[in-house]
Amino acid sequence: MTNQKRLDRRAAIGVLLAERGDILVVTGLGSTTYDAASLGDDERNFYLWGAMGGATMVGLGVAIARPDRPVLVVTGDGDALMGLGSLATVGVQSPPNLAIAVFDNGRYAETGMQPSHTDSAVNLVGVARSCGIEAAFDIADEAALADFARRVQRAECTLFARVAILAEEPPRVLPPRDGVLLKNRFRRATGVE
Amino acid sequence: MSSKVTPLDSLDWRDQIFAALKSADIRQIGYVPDAGHARLIELVHADPHIRAVSLTTEEEGIALAAGAWLGGQRAALLMQSSGVGNCINMLSLAKSCRFPLTILVTMRGEWAEFNPWQVAMGSKTQAALELMDVLVYRVEAEQDAAETVTAALDIAFNGSLATAVLLSQRLIGAKRWVK
Repeated sequence: MTNQKRLDRRAAIGVLLAERGDILVVTGLGSTTYDAASLGDDERNFYLWGAMGGATMVGLGVAIARPDRPVLVVTGDGDALMGLGSLATVGVQSPPNLAIAVFDNGRYAETGMQPSHTDSAVNLVGVARSCGIEAAFDIADEAALADFARRVQRAECTLFARVAILAEEPPRVLPPRDGVLLKNRFRRATGVE
Repeated sequence: MSSKVTPLDSLDWRDQIFAALKSADIRQIGYVPDAGHARLIELVHADPHIRAVSLTTEEEGIALAAGAWLGGQRAALLMQSSGVGNCINMLSLAKSCRFPLTILVTMRGEWAEFNPWQVAMGSKTQAALELMDVLVYRVEAEQDAAETVTAALDIAFNGSLATAVLLSQRLIGAKRWVK
């Protein structure tokens, strides 16, 4: 794992959302929330500031409710590990418009870069495939990530990407933390309220 | 609502709860199976207008319901009392964002319980929910079931509050251990 090529996380989020179109975004608590905000705050982003392990399931709920829109969950390996069972739940549901991108640095960046399970034993792509998400990709370069982003737009089947990123902490970009505000503006911006 | 062929009060109380969920336009049901919810789960799976989402753990449902609301749909959850304990931190999502939420909880560990391991969580289920500011209703009698579920759904979706309806073990009937 340690010799594998890894992407800069801010470059990675830029590639994923370069041509965002109609994509609805859910981010996990911590660094992936800052990553999404680094591209500029967007009312169609729902940032989790807590509820660790919940990002994928929030994305599933949105994807079922909005079959007309691609839904992209961007979260970290820590959140994905805490909600590992939700990949099984997603595999059973298989909404074609749901994509999950896990920014995997094998670290709990928020709490001092302690190693996570993906640093040694756990392969998230293998987990996703075993959960029935067949379109699961291990991504470590920008071309593959750009290709994944195009597939997200097409919304033809449930997608999973483990995006290998460097264990770095770029300057934090903090979006609003008021949960009620985030909820209401997301609904307004996406036309359900 | 147009009148249905079968009057509501002639239905089984579980079917009446299902009718209450339909009347409230619930479109996603997240559940972890429980014997007490078996009939409701059957009805949910048979309904083409409701998405049944089987969960690996109950806390997934709290996040699912939040996502459903963000996407413009209403969700409700079915779980056993033991599963309420699994939800505690995830309920911070409902509380912090004031997501509407209704959880139907089948109770164990409180009436004619064979398995003492169920008592630990069953005896603390209501307290655990209230600790996270979930509004709790209890149903002891069949005739109150649908009305109570409707009340919980109304305040949840009209008032952006988290609610739970505890369906008592006496109502559901004790689990038969030796068949």
